[in-house]
Amino acid sequence: MKNETVIRVCMGPAGIAAGGKHVIEAFNDALGRSGVSATVKERCSTHQVGCVGLCARDVLVEVHTNGNKTVYQYVKPDMVPRIVEEHLVAGTPVREWLVDEAYDAFYKKQIKVVLADCGRIDPEEIDAYIAINGYEAGRDVLQNWSPEEVIAEIKQSGLRGRGGAGFPTGVKWELGRKAPGDIKYIICNADEGDPGAFMDRAVVEGNPHSVIEGMIIGAYAINAHHGYVYIRAEYPLAVERLHRALTQARERGFLGNKILGTTFDFDIKVKLGAGAFVCGEETALIASIEGQRGMPRPKPPFPVNKGLWQMPTVINNVETLANIPAIIRKGCEWYASYGTEKSRGTKVFALTGKIKNPGLIEVPMGITLREIIEEIGGGIEGGKSLKAVQTGGPSGGCIPASMLDLNVDYESLAKVGSIVGSGGMIVLDEDNCMVNMAQYFVHFTQEESCGKCVPCRIGTKRLLETLDRITKGQGQEGDIEHLEKLSHGIRSMSLCGLGQTAPNPVLSTIKYFRDEYEAHIRDKKCPSKVCKALLIYSIDEKVCKACGVCLRACPAKAIAGEKKVPHKIDQAKCVKCGSCYDVCKFKSVMRD
Amino acid sequence: MENTLTDILSKHRESGGNIISLLQETQEVFGYVPKEAVLFFSDELGIAASRFYGVATFYSQFRLKPTGKNRITACCGTACHVRGAERILNNVKRELHLTDEEDTTPDGQFTVEKVACLGFCSFAPVVLINGAVHGKTTADPILKEIKVLRKKNK
Repeated sequence: MKNETVIRVCMGPAGIAAGGKHVIEAFNDALGRSGVSATVKERCSTHQVGCVGLCARDVLVEVHTNGNKTVYQYVKPDMVPRIVEEHLVAGTPVREWLVDEAYDAFYKKQIKVVLADCGRIDPEEIDAYIAINGYEAGRDVLQNWSPEEVIAEIKQSGLRGRGGAGFPTGVKWELGRKAPGDIKYIICNADEGDPGAFMDRAVVEGNPHSVIEGMIIGAYAINAHHGYVYIRAEYPLAVERLHRALTQARERGFLGNKILGTTFDFDIKVKLGAGAFVCGEETALIASIEGQRGMPRPKPPFPVNKGLWQMPTVINNVETLANIPAIIRKGCEWYASYGTEKSRGTKVFALTGKIKNPGLIEVPMGITLREIIEEIGGGIEGGKSLKAVQTGGPSGGCIPASMLDLNVDYESLAKVGSIVGSGGMIVLDEDNCMVNMAQYFVHFTQEESCGKCVPCRIGTKRLLETLDRITKGQGQEGDIEHLEKLSHGIRSMSLCGLGQTAPNPVLSTIKYFRDEYEAHIRDKKCPSKVCKALLIYSIDEKVCKACGVCLRACPAKAIAGEKKVPHKIDQAKCVKCGSCYDVCKFKSVMRD
Repeated sequence: MENTLTDILSKHRESGGNIISLLQETQEVFGYVPKEAVLFFSDELGIAASRFYGVATFYSQFRLKPTGKNRITACCGTACHVRGAERILNNVKRELHLTDEEDTTPDGQFTVEKVACLGFCSFAPVVLINGAVHGKTTADPILKEIKVLRKKNK
């Protein structure tokens, strides 16, 4: 084995999109010609989403020779012959194509609990999970622990709900245990609704058995015999892998009657969500499983007393459940040793936006934003400057660049007007307009508002109308104050979490970027040059080389001119798409 | 159609599903939820058609009209938004002469849909053309692809 040369080519979705197949062909070709014997394998092909690595640098190619691993980045088929000749035949790696220090930095500060085995084990094979001690925690708990001991252990670990609200998991289980009733349910919420986040999807696709094992332990703790996984239909691969994993677990006697060699009965059903952000709210999710429109109802009674089919129900998020087996196996002290006093353990984030190394990361709670952005993420791409970081999706807020030393935990983020949320972390640079961001999120929540309560249904609509006006240059004095007043009203009077948090993006952008709102309203200018209606495109006749490229690129035929005659934009026809600005090589198109 | 609907319904009765799963199965078969299906289920199950439409219009997954032959799905999640998803979408719609409200071309060749997030955030902006992922893209390659598909279908 040791002297075998193995070449692993990334075939995750990013790898495929970047031409992984052609790279594999090129390797087989070049190897055949050079006579070197080596095995070419696909990497990440079993873990098809956001391969928990640096998919931004695909196609990544790993060359394993004599126990050494060398990694090449941005590999294209035409680079392959040189790699084969110099590295595999002559034994010297092609230095300039290797990954740089940023590749190591991406992994250095991460601590993987939930993602530890994602991308490493075959998620479609239960034996792969068993081989890494899978289902041992479940077996141990069911055979040797009392439910109270399980609850105490989880309470001690300090684990809090990873879906967004951060309610202590152990306390929730205790309430579920104590709720009177013979029939109880445990539900795994895998209806990841935050646009710009894919943590839960990656866990279900990458290690579905860890979620199932977490559910078994939870079910035992609260004494539930029926479980549901509520998962988005838009995640077909996750659904398929989940079904496969459930079937395998049933075959092994890990689900069904008398599971794991005990007298405990427990089985899990899958319910497909049909696309509604509000179904992240517990009572709406329950309504959806029952086949109704997913509309929340007032609490109390809380689901833990009256949930699915009016029975006591505990709802946990995917990431929360995936933490459970590791906590049981390694002990609550081990888990609690990561993080801060009130926010224990690790959290998975989807680090995206204007960052050099986007990807799925898992970090200890309490890490600073600076460490995440600058060290793991490698800083802002294209030499631009950081403006803000948006966390918590449509329910969260923007944290300005000046607060980069903030610790990332439930309390610290809440203090500055944002939330940890489910784990979306979007990096914004100088080219992003904060009014546009607020408008984007309110547009989303307004569309997703279920319409049951007035403050949310009409309030978000009025918020959006005002923001639309401002971004169109029709803002008036007093608009900012109006937005604030409206926001406070929506926040305090809405029925559920969707409405209560919908104004957060508005309030936090006003708080930290009031000057941008003022520029839109008073000067009718968008400082970041995003808001279309406020932009004017024109051509500098002195710089224009009359090459005709913009003429052809303009979809509205708004540019006049011919060879040797500088071009001109007809403002009445211009649709402000920016195509001319993008294509001009001489920078003669001006945007103001 | 009626035979297909009877099949869907008997399968549905066996598995003890609800309105949502019934509509999901229907859409799986037809690509959308046809009016005939709703009326058929309504009669058979004794549930008012309005309840079906209440559910179908609440969830974004359900379509009440057939889709075009080619499907272009523009991801408009936050990561894609901050990297210019809207411009791509606008350009695609302009190329296909679709207004804001329309999503399918009159000749039934193309449907353009906007989705909240596909989970491919690390290589935003993302557009799916008939299911194939185009990551870190701009309008240009997408428009080219549309032109290719158009020629193919002629």
